[in-house]
Amino acid sequence: MTTPDPMAEIRASFFIECEELLEALQDGLSMIDDGATDDETVNVCFRAVHSIKGGAGAFGLDELVRFAHRYETVLDEVRGGRLAPEHDALLLFMRAADVLSDIVRNCRDGIVTDPDAVEPTLRELEALTGAEEEEEEVCDFQPMTLSLDIGIPDTVESDPTYEIIFRPEPELFQSGNEPLFLLSALKEIGSVETECDLSNIPDLSELDPEGACLGWKIRLTTDRGQSEIEEVFEFVEGLCTLKVSESNTAPAAGLVAIPGLPPLEESPIDDAENETVPDQRTQSTDTPVDISPRLTLGLPDAPSASSEADASKTEDDNSAGLSTSEKASTPAPTPPKPAKPPVQATATKATVRVDLERIERLVNLVGELVINQAMLSQSVTQAGIPANSPVAQGLEEFMQLTRDIQDSVMMIRAQPVKSMFQRMARIVRESSASLDKRVRLVTVGDTTEVDRTVIERLADPLTHMIRNAVDHGLEETSKRVANGKQEEGCITLSAAHRSGRVIIEVSDDGAGINREKVRTIAEEKGLVPIGQQLTDAEIDALLFLPGFSTAKTVSNLSGRGVGMDVVRKSIQDLGGRVNITSTPGKGTCFSISLPLTLAVLDGMVVEAAEETLVVPLGSIVETLKVRHDDMRAMGPNTQVLQIRDSFVPLMDLGVELGFREPREDYNGSVVLLISLEDGTRSAIIVDTIQEQRQVVIKGLQDSYGHIPGIAAATILGDGQVALILDPVDLMKNATGKTRSTLSQLELAG
Amino acid sequence: MNEDAHLQSESTDRELLSFRVGEQEYSVDIMSVREIRGWTRPTPLPHSAEYVCGVINLRGTVLPIIDLSRRLAIKVEEASERNVIIVAHIRHQTVGLLVDAVSDILAIPESEMQPPPDTASDHERGFVKSLTIVDGRMLRILDLESVLPDQRQDAA
Repeated sequence: MTTPDPMAEIRASFFIECEELLEALQDGLSMIDDGATDDETVNVCFRAVHSIKGGAGAFGLDELVRFAHRYETVLDEVRGGRLAPEHDALLLFMRAADVLSDIVRNCRDGIVTDPDAVEPTLRELEALTGAEEEEEEVCDFQPMTLSLDIGIPDTVESDPTYEIIFRPEPELFQSGNEPLFLLSALKEIGSVETECDLSNIPDLSELDPEGACLGWKIRLTTDRGQSEIEEVFEFVEGLCTLKVSESNTAPAAGLVAIPGLPPLEESPIDDAENETVPDQRTQSTDTPVDISPRLTLGLPDAPSASSEADASKTEDDNSAGLSTSEKASTPAPTPPKPAKPPVQATATKATVRVDLERIERLVNLVGELVINQAMLSQSVTQAGIPANSPVAQGLEEFMQLTRDIQDSVMMIRAQPVKSMFQRMARIVRESSASLDKRVRLVTVGDTTEVDRTVIERLADPLTHMIRNAVDHGLEETSKRVANGKQEEGCITLSAAHRSGRVIIEVSDDGAGINREKVRTIAEEKGLVPIGQQLTDAEIDALLFLPGFSTAKTVSNLSGRGVGMDVVRKSIQDLGGRVNITSTPGKGTCFSISLPLTLAVLDGMVVEAAEETLVVPLGSIVETLKVRHDDMRAMGPNTQVLQIRDSFVPLMDLGVELGFREPREDYNGSVVLLISLEDGTRSAIIVDTIQEQRQVVIKGLQDSYGHIPGIAAATILGDGQVALILDPVDLMKNATGKTRSTLSQLELAG
Repeated sequence: MNEDAHLQSESTDRELLSFRVGEQEYSVDIMSVREIRGWTRPTPLPHSAEYVCGVINLRGTVLPIIDLSRRLAIKVEEASERNVIIVAHIRHQTVGLLVDAVSDILAIPESEMQPPPDTASDHERGFVKSLTIVDGRMLRILDLESVLPDQRQDAA
């Protein structure tokens, strides 16, 4: 389950942090975009980038460090008030944030980032800071472009030599830094000779395993400036004694590396981490005599955070051999210099990261609890216990609690849609840039919380819809101006809770759907019979038919004609529906309605042809009893129901599901009036209504497959499985008696 | 686990669970059997194949039930409480097989199993993997995978 490698875990949590930091960065940038000018907002952005850089440095992610550094420099200019964040600069910052998140993800997945994707943005960032930092910029580039080979004699002769004294404090190891990486980093910028200072190593009996005993004297021959050398030690600032000075003497030819100190390339770190080091430790207790030379080797990495667990083990092992008094006599480490204050993006609420699997398990268990509770209350009722008895009352409270627990558990899984909206902001930026349109994305209600599985699975369809809106929804800039609209197109992405569902809307202020064109194309492609009467809503719905594409030219964004039907399919798979409304000249709005969670459902338990079924409560508008004269025949086999002043198609649930033959007389039957997403209504005849309750959804897809008209199953109080209806799907597949024009349309497609 | 080791020790023997469907005797590899349980009334599924009698609640999971007599086209009386459900794991999927009665657990050497004779039009042929003789009676070894409803066909 968990990876045994502690480094991998630390690394993984770094990337999780990166995601959060990137989110904070995006937030900050959009706040600036909205006119926030206070220093704090800029600071947030700066700190986010800085923290990413810091972490990346610790993990040796060079490309990330390089980009973040450049970005940070520019943000620092803004912070210092030397650079004004105007519109163009902001756009660049947002693009840079996108690139940064790309690099982060690539680093996480171990993919090498394509320089072509990074370089242009990097150069633009550089252009912003102006020429004064030219020198540094050149330096910044070199580690990537010129991989300097150490030991080339002529560099040694021509470049100045620096003498670096580097002595880590114990805190350096505690904070997870590793001298070896620093030394390797030095090696990259020049030719290095290292001398290890062993003078502070105490006797083994006095050795503090978590202390820092080693120091290094490094002679570095490089063409870089002193500042850049100090930059290598940037992250251990305050955690070590560091002295960098230029020495004029040529490196002494006779200076030999300390015997026993391994060459840098073959450091003990890599394999020592897991095998050699613990090995030595076992020895240290068994045969303390012969280990001292080897301990010298293993020591530098022993207390590093990368092997925290091992380090503490060492302490145990060693202290076994040390008496307490001896331990006390260990020279106290020099008081730590004040470390750099920890960089924190924004003051956020305390959170816990939990493995999703555990939550899933909890959700399942609570689901079982709900079923169990229902079974219990059913047997209490059957036992004839009166409702005012303590048992029944206690059960009532138990039910309330169960429901509260269930709600709370569901809330654990809920996440604000914000992260997804931020991804969409990026899609807008990218697609508008490639189409050369000016587009502004307005997000509304991004704190709306939705089950995380819903969010995850909604990202793809939403991406597609946003691209469509930019590509097809908004007109060309020239056309907009001609129509008296603002040059900048506006796409609104909103989320809101509405009657137990989440409504996500993507709307644009474009030209609206050209219904004539849509119709012509659908006829040309044979999607509808030529000349058929179609309402506006029906024409709009044609966009969702497979193989429909109106774009005259296939752009790389959209227009392959695989779009909207796939979008609709994936939203339907989530138990959601999608709708279009469009006003010519004013714009188009796609509205997605989704269940809040995929785990429970408020339903009405009904009976039809002796079978118990659950109808989602959200779709029921009203329930009524049929009187004979309410039913009107329409054609030989079709009947409609008159409800007040309107007629709705009528169907018998038992018949539709194939459980029984149509009845002769429906007088007195119970009718559920179902509202479909497009505003049309339909009536379903059932035998009786049993109750209204919350049910736990059990998917049928895995165990059986899709059943037309059925969304899922649930387990009722008596232990029986009941099917949950999907009214819309049921209407669509309605056979025999009731068949709306829309469903014919569907069949034609 | 134990059964696994057991199987390996008697290398060529295969343990089979035999059961009756109508008057015919069938068997399945015991390793694919999860449990045997009494009859519960299944909830019928609309628009399903006629041999799918519906779904039951197996400790919180929804388990589809296949009526083997209908699947194998054997004439039997209507399913009742005397029937038994064999819960089997087939192709990463758990299904219940409705049979008349479970009879025995048999260890049959692999060498005594023979492929079913080629009888061209026989409906059962697709479902029977091999045949063997136990106490003079013919025992059919069921090919569980072919018993499952064809997902793609049903979805269409």
